[in-house]
Amino acid sequence: MTQSVVVQVGQCGNQIGCCFWDLALREHAAVNKKGIYDEAISSFFRNAVLIDMEEGVVNEILQGPLRDVFDSKQLITDISGSGNNWAVGHKVFGSLYQEKILEKLRKSAEHCDCLQCFFIIHSMGGGTGSGLGTFLLKVLEDEFPEVYRFVTSIYPSGEDDVITSPYNSILAMKELNEHADCVLPIDNQSLFDIISKIDVMVNSGKLGAAIKPKSLVTSSTGVFKKRQEKPFDAMNNIVANLLLNLTSSARFEGSLNMDLNEISMNLVPFPQLHYLVSSLTPLYTLADVNIPPRRLDQMFSDAFSKDHQLIRADPRHSLYLACALMVRGNVQISDLRRNIERLKPSLQFVSWNQEGWKTSLCSVPPVGHSHSLLALANNTCVKPTFVELKERFIRLYKKKAHLHHYLQIEGMEESCFSEAVSSLSALIQEYNQLDATKSMPVEDLPRLNVAV
Amino acid sequence: MSIVTVQLGQCGNQIGFEVFDALFNDSHCPRGLCSKRENEAYQASCKERFFSEEENGVPLARAVLVDMEPKVINQTLSKAARSGRWKYGQHSCFCQKQGSGNNWAYGYSVHGPRHEESIMNLIQKEVEKCDSLSGFFIIMSMAGGTGSGLGAFITQNLQDQYSSALKMNQIIWPYGTGEVIVQNYNSVLTLSHLYRSSDALLVHENDAVHKICAKLMNIKQISFCDINQVLAHQLGSVFQPTYSGEGSFHYRRNPLGDLMENLVPHPEFKMLGVRNIPQMSENSLAYSTFTWAGLLKHLRQMLISNAKMEDGIDWQVRPPLLGLPPLGKMSVNREIHFNTSIANLVILRGKDVHSADVGAFKDPALYTSWLEPVHAFNVWKTQRAFRKYEKSAALVSNSQSLVKPLDRIVGKAWNMFASRAYLHQYTKFGIEEEDFLDSFTLLEQVIASYCNL
Repeated sequence: MTQSVVVQVGQCGNQIGCCFWDLALREHAAVNKKGIYDEAISSFFRNAVLIDMEEGVVNEILQGPLRDVFDSKQLITDISGSGNNWAVGHKVFGSLYQEKILEKLRKSAEHCDCLQCFFIIHSMGGGTGSGLGTFLLKVLEDEFPEVYRFVTSIYPSGEDDVITSPYNSILAMKELNEHADCVLPIDNQSLFDIISKIDVMVNSGKLGAAIKPKSLVTSSTGVFKKRQEKPFDAMNNIVANLLLNLTSSARFEGSLNMDLNEISMNLVPFPQLHYLVSSLTPLYTLADVNIPPRRLDQMFSDAFSKDHQLIRADPRHSLYLACALMVRGNVQISDLRRNIERLKPSLQFVSWNQEGWKTSLCSVPPVGHSHSLLALANNTCVKPTFVELKERFIRLYKKKAHLHHYLQIEGMEESCFSEAVSSLSALIQEYNQLDATKSMPVEDLPRLNVAV
Repeated sequence: MSIVTVQLGQCGNQIGFEVFDALFNDSHCPRGLCSKRENEAYQASCKERFFSEEENGVPLARAVLVDMEPKVINQTLSKAARSGRWKYGQHSCFCQKQGSGNNWAYGYSVHGPRHEESIMNLIQKEVEKCDSLSGFFIIMSMAGGTGSGLGAFITQNLQDQYSSALKMNQIIWPYGTGEVIVQNYNSVLTLSHLYRSSDALLVHENDAVHKICAKLMNIKQISFCDINQVLAHQLGSVFQPTYSGEGSFHYRRNPLGDLMENLVPHPEFKMLGVRNIPQMSENSLAYSTFTWAGLLKHLRQMLISNAKMEDGIDWQVRPPLLGLPPLGKMSVNREIHFNTSIANLVILRGKDVHSADVGAFKDPALYTSWLEPVHAFNVWKTQRAFRKYEKSAALVSNSQSLVKPLDRIVGKAWNMFASRAYLHQYTKFGIEEEDFLDSFTLLEQVIASYCNL
């Protein structure tokens, strides 16, 4: 049984992290009743490192119901915060806390008898999550080169209230390009749209039957959040569910298992193209128990619709490099195959990976559902997000707005910015080249000629 | 003589369980349609081949279970133990914590050398329990990382360490529409390595077995368990004891040796396929009767038209007329009509088996010219029925039927290789572009050889 260490950095990272632990405990409690692989599962989540450069969020965690889950030894905090400045997070706090961080990570790693991956949760637009979070990546790469680095990054939406978020994001992107194995970009706007959709469905009375209470992808156990759920809580729960489903096949049994190292192996054809667009379906389950195949098939269709993606992207109209379908619950290989056959004609795959599907079947569904699907796509539809980010950056950078806040930090120069932008431009260019092949006919290449 | 089975990876272990279960259940089936003494001899022979005995009398499968992560092996062990009728040896497993990540290079270059000693020791222990060893049956998939990569490594080791024992690899050919994205790379590397170190490759295609489940078994929601059970049925009909000759009352002693002798006359041609008839859900069995003539007619047409099951057979396909030149060399691109065989083995079990006439299989037009039908074709007849089938026939053939699937896999892998996609994942662990090219070359030669029959 492999273990993972979750490292949650910054306000956003820690808030999502908490939702994640909340849901994970709920899932374990439900499974432990059946007594499957108890000890192994609990050890999977034993190790977390919580990092924040201001105390508010972490303190809240330590005073809330999750206080027994975490030990103060797992925390690294400071008081002043990073002021939404990547350079402060990366350069200042990076060097200040490098030793301490390494020490905590080594301790966590020691508790694992088979450490497979680090999950880093952070946002891109701020200072701590963005700067210190990406500083961590380099540290992890040097210290634990064999362990995969999966990063869940919250990208700033257009109406982000942090003015410098484009700077922070671009600087962080360079680090993600170079030091992450796999990145799952997520943006707040998409999460918000998903929640709005759910609210509309729930309140419209269109649904004949009631929705099963725990089945909302946005719901928490209800124990942790006593106050009225704010939009962020619901949004964070979606991301938490993403992480839970990502690891389900590694934790539970199934007829076609998928470990985390298989995600990287199958979905990353070239080292720099490691950004995966994710979608979770269903968003809720109706109370009726018998799920006719139509609903099951609907789940698969939804996974490819742009409304269910956790980032603003339309995979159907872009080019797939690879796609993974991780199914949980009472779904068999024939259901999976039927849906792949059905949906394939409407999707465009790159010429050298026409059958680029990776599939897994895990028998244990998430709590409150009879089945669920997590789709991960390596698709050129991430490009618009990056292009937009670059444009916002340039608008700001042209005017040299707020630049002095960064340049006054030791180790920061204008070249850091220009390098970061070139790194992003190179990435965008790769996606452009792939897109250019989209409408070209797929031809078989001439094969080797052998004498018999 | 005994067969030691090595179950590798998730696929290998899941299938292995179903195979042993099928073998055991069949050998203890009350309705053998033969005398009690014969039934007992059948049971004893099956036991000698596949099971050893524990102190309290519970049969232990002669198997070594290997996987690089624990979930599947744990499941397999408990399923077997739960049945109460047979089980796996407690210490017959080798397990690690972290899988192979669908990476052939990782299975072959990292796990292989790292765990070579432990795994070979386990196999040695199992071999020592046999009075006499017929050989090894290695069950593995091609698409993943452990079964494929570690499987190739272990097979090579078996060749080195047990040079006089035979090795048959049961390979699972993945679904055409991906289970694993890098499955074509993994398959190409596996097949090329096994071609060098194995004695025979017995292939089962997931697509074909899936269709059998859908069309013949009438299963609505097909699971891997269903697929594995059909597979186990097919393997059981081949590996269960058979009489050693016409009119003989002794069961064959060397199953692997006999299979190889009949089916693999030339090392360039090692790919074997299995067809089985009738194949249907047990509920429908009670309402069906068959004649040997009918069964054999269908089986023969399945062979020459390259059908994998008895539904939807193309009856238009005919063997080329003797004396006339063959209808042009087989080209993989053209619709292949006629499936030329190198060698065929028909295994008949059940009522009135001695009256079954297999003459149609001796037609020289079915075979390539460099082997006489008397050498190319063999039949094994056994009175004792298999499972609940009053009559059942299995055909193991070395023919052109796997050329198209092989060509498809090589083609797709080649296209992907040309773009250099995913190669960094393999070079990371020591499998270089050179190794890929060697593998491609070997397989193109195999394809060409089969095409030229």
